[in-house]
Amino acid sequence: MATATDRLDTTRNTTPAALPGTWALGLRRGSLELRQFFRQRDQAIFTFAFPIVFLFLFASIFSNDVEGAGITASQLYVPSMIAAGIMSTSFQSLGISIAIERDNKQLRRLRGTPMPPASYFLGKVWLVLVTGLLETVALLAVGVLFYGIELPTGAVDWLTFGWIFVLGLTGCALLGIAISSLPKTGQSASSVVVLPFLVLQFISGVYIAVGTIPDWLLNIGALFPLKWMCQGLRGVFLPETAAVLEQAGGWEYGRIALVLGAWCIGGLVLCLLTFRWKSRRDG
Amino acid sequence: MREAAEAHASTGDLAVDVTGLRKRYGTVTAVQDLDLRIGRGEVFGILGPNGAGKSTTVEILQGHRDRDGGEVTVLGADPATGSRRWRSRIGIVWQDESAPAELTVRETVRHFATYYPAPRDPDEVIRLVGLGEKATSRVKGLSGGQRRRLDVALGVIGGPELLLLDEPTTGFDPAARRQFWELIRALADEGTTIVLTTHYLDEAEALADRLAVIATGRVVAEGTPSGLRAEYDAAATVAWTERDGSPRTERTTTPTRTVAELTRRFDGEIPGLLISRPTLEDVYLRLIGQEAV
Repeated sequence: MATATDRLDTTRNTTPAALPGTWALGLRRGSLELRQFFRQRDQAIFTFAFPIVFLFLFASIFSNDVEGAGITASQLYVPSMIAAGIMSTSFQSLGISIAIERDNKQLRRLRGTPMPPASYFLGKVWLVLVTGLLETVALLAVGVLFYGIELPTGAVDWLTFGWIFVLGLTGCALLGIAISSLPKTGQSASSVVVLPFLVLQFISGVYIAVGTIPDWLLNIGALFPLKWMCQGLRGVFLPETAAVLEQAGGWEYGRIALVLGAWCIGGLVLCLLTFRWKSRRDG
Repeated sequence: MREAAEAHASTGDLAVDVTGLRKRYGTVTAVQDLDLRIGRGEVFGILGPNGAGKSTTVEILQGHRDRDGGEVTVLGADPATGSRRWRSRIGIVWQDESAPAELTVRETVRHFATYYPAPRDPDEVIRLVGLGEKATSRVKGLSGGQRRRLDVALGVIGGPELLLLDEPTTGFDPAARRQFWELIRALADEGTTIVLTTHYLDEAEALADRLAVIATGRVVAEGTPSGLRAEYDAAATVAWTERDGSPRTERTTTPTRTVAELTRRFDGEIPGLLISRPTLEDVYLRLIGQEAV
């Protein structure tokens, strides 16, 4: 068979054109993903609006001063909601959208082309980076304008924000890609993805202050990235005095980096082991 | 084309070479001991009833399904371990794939072109499949038939040497099917090897240089459409009307002789004379064991 192939290549093309690069195709896929995302206008609006509306609700309902922490309850909600917003644009939106793409066989079609799988995932990364950043900016703007959050001035705080954002977003995105294999159909995807996300929001200190949650629930939440993203972002955007409200009485940046980093690696392994290009019905 | 295929077969220059293919789903055997040899440049039809193993076979050729046994070579490589380079030489047209709904036809075709090392011109491909006037429409606004044309466009955008189509015209109206056939012929004229499954006999007859009839996971007959007819049902049916008005039919392998006798008997024009050869459908039904009674 080798001779047949060789002959064909030489008659068609003396030197076969090079295959397009994985990185360049990842960029193209990213721009395509963003174009699709923003063209589904109602979906885009509601994805962004969801955490903003929740921040507004919680921060308006609970606005008393928190004793001994030097902040209001509203301020406590801002960084936590930013963390939840990052998880919603990565974990929730990827978990649902990939399940739908798998179910309506867009994924199988892609697998039939010479596009490298890594380009597909890179495209998703660009999508969640851009949407996650926009969500963060929007929530932060609400926090600054309405609830008296002060933006950090030091480079160190922004650097801390940077790595928490990137590690948290990546870990949640990988978890989202992994959970997308769980729903059997595209229709069931949002129920399957939203429930664990909602539970995590309750036990990770997003909706309910850490001090009010029983330890055993907090410890379950601590196995996942959201709790650590919330904690880290509170460290960035709240004054030092608020650290007393944390489970450990401090921001624990080292442990945050460790857990989020572990989720990035673990999530990647999970994706590589479980990712399917076809739905289970297609075998 | 048939001679070409046989010549290819003898030199080993095959686009598809399958020997003893086997595939089971649990306890159900989908394909057993299936052999296929398809030469470069051929239009090859795989014909069979639902559940005969057509789609399974094509999915294995595409590299989308693993097999339980047998040798499979497609464009010189095993599809199970097909490289990116190998994928770039193959085009796939599925029957139920969807494309991103929010993109326009042109955006979609242009984007898929970027996956390939030497793609065809996207606008030319859009015209080729007859979507020229829909180029700036969003995919979600296309009709079913137009979506299938987009499927074909995405299947051929990479300039494939081999195009695999799984029941490409299911759900087409008759006019759309004719247009689709023209498209397949145009691609075949360019030298693309085409393998298509279908359960429409007229489609197989109109398009395929050769075809294989598959039933219960095996090839039960293989050849040109006319060759199959000749081989499996040589008898013609001669029908006429007797002087008393009663209809008569006679199955014979020598219809000319029958007509000559009738001409003598009627001394001229034979009332209601009709000579028919078996259709591919008659042969097909006989082959898959569901002969019409």
